[in-house]
Amino acid sequence: MNPPRPRPKLDQENTAFWTGGREGRLNIVKCGDCGEFTHPPRLLCRHCQSENVAPHAVAGTGVIDSFTVNHQPWARDLEVPYVIARVKLDGAPGVYLTTNIVHCPVEAVDFEDKVRVVFEEQDGIFYPLFERIA
Amino acid sequence: MASTEAYITGLGQSEVGVRLPRHPLLLTVDAVREALDDAGLTLGQIDGVFTYPGKMNGYTAFSPVSSDDLIEVLGIKSKWHLGAMEQPAQLSAIAAAAMAVKQGLVRHAICFRTVYEAGGMADPGTYMSGMKQDTVTGPSQWTSPFWATSAACWTAQYAARHMHRYGMTREQLGQIAINASKNAMRNPRARAITREALTLDKYMSARMISSPLCLYDCDRFTDASTVVIVSAGDALDEVTTTPVRIAAMAGSVDRYSWDQVEWFAAYETGADLWKRTDYTAEDVDTVQFYDGFAFLPITWLEGLGFCEKGEGGRFIEGGSRIALDGELPMNTFGGQLGAGRLHGFGFAHEAVNQLRGTATGRQVAGDPKLAVATSGGGPMAAALLLARD
Ligand SMILES: [Zn+2]
Repeated sequence: MNPPRPRPKLDQENTAFWTGGREGRLNIVKCGDCGEFTHPPRLLCRHCQSENVAPHAVAGTGVIDSFTVNHQPWARDLEVPYVIARVKLDGAPGVYLTTNIVHCPVEAVDFEDKVRVVFEEQDGIFYPLFERIA
Repeated sequence: MASTEAYITGLGQSEVGVRLPRHPLLLTVDAVREALDDAGLTLGQIDGVFTYPGKMNGYTAFSPVSSDDLIEVLGIKSKWHLGAMEQPAQLSAIAAAAMAVKQGLVRHAICFRTVYEAGGMADPGTYMSGMKQDTVTGPSQWTSPFWATSAACWTAQYAARHMHRYGMTREQLGQIAINASKNAMRNPRARAITREALTLDKYMSARMISSPLCLYDCDRFTDASTVVIVSAGDALDEVTTTPVRIAAMAGSVDRYSWDQVEWFAAYETGADLWKRTDYTAEDVDTVQFYDGFAFLPITWLEGLGFCEKGEGGRFIEGGSRIALDGELPMNTFGGQLGAGRLHGFGFAHEAVNQLRGTATGRQVAGDPKLAVATSGGGPMAAALLLARD
């Protein structure tokens, strides 16, 4: 049994991201003026510095830009190996998420695999993990 | 008043070890004393103190000694001091001292980096309190929740991508670690870290940490202090060593978020370095490249133009080019992989030794006159071009 995942401290900037999974939404901050995305989430647009930004539910799909099979138990009782990936999100140009690829053997994961978000809840935080689209 | 050039005039290093009983403040003082003796300077002549990153609450083992601590215990009459994490990588402390010297703020500055990460693991209550937090804030909130806890996991993804796009192999990458271990065996201060040369077989069969990075691709927690003295060009008559000029400096950060950058900062920093000097990569006699992970020297080789982007793996194929007697001797003291995680400062220390001709037992042949020392290379990086005129 894995230890609990480290828990982000919720604040004005990050709450929509870490709790959006309650409604099945993967929220990424989008600018109402220039249309660009800002991640990690901030209270202004990193492209045009507008404060007209808000969480925007993206499709929740993407492709694996890169990944690593981690074998080192970084915490007590952490089950290894597991896949850490950098997922390039569809519909949010320039945004990558570090995440885990779940529901398949680690050997099955490859570059450019298409993936979709699945949320794992732990005490009100909805961790966006990804699974391969068959 | 005219500005002056900045020179490195003194080198010092404490014992390097794993779980040393000596307090990190005392290790730092050991290194300072050696550097002062080396330069022929006294504490009364020091008027600046620079370090990276300075005190960090909760991560004392990572940075156990502040510039304030040193000024206090050594009675330094400082005219400018600095310790800060928010700079482009470790060697920025030396770059900051050079800037202060060039502006006439200080004449002789102590620059230091002290680490107590092995000792800290033995006494986590005192040195590692930040590691116990189960709530994450700041940049780590985007990685730690997915158990991407270590920079090994972040660097591994760029190394894997390099292999996927450009065909770098583990056999090629392994030459970084193999070369480091060979060179460490020629360095008395690395004996606590490396006792035998790594073979390709041993490398290939080592346990994986975060693919493609295996055990030997990751540096080891170490206890040590390294000191470099930076002096003003118009104060060189006060020192007894051969001065080494800081011929160019560069640093950069694109975004601090490791997972949002397309390329590591070694590329931007490397390109900038050559814009600030008439020297070119072809003039360089030895390179001391930050190797917290074996992949990082690959990015420095490519970023500084020793080979094309994507060609780093093929450049080091077989290891002869980067060997002590090769065309581009790399990490001649053992790097961090072989000589311990001195966290950035070992590279400048060794570059100066090589340029002075004082790298006993591991001296690069042919009277080297130009060296590059780098630090970082992930989301942020810094590089120094060092010349013996
Ligand atoms: Zn905008």
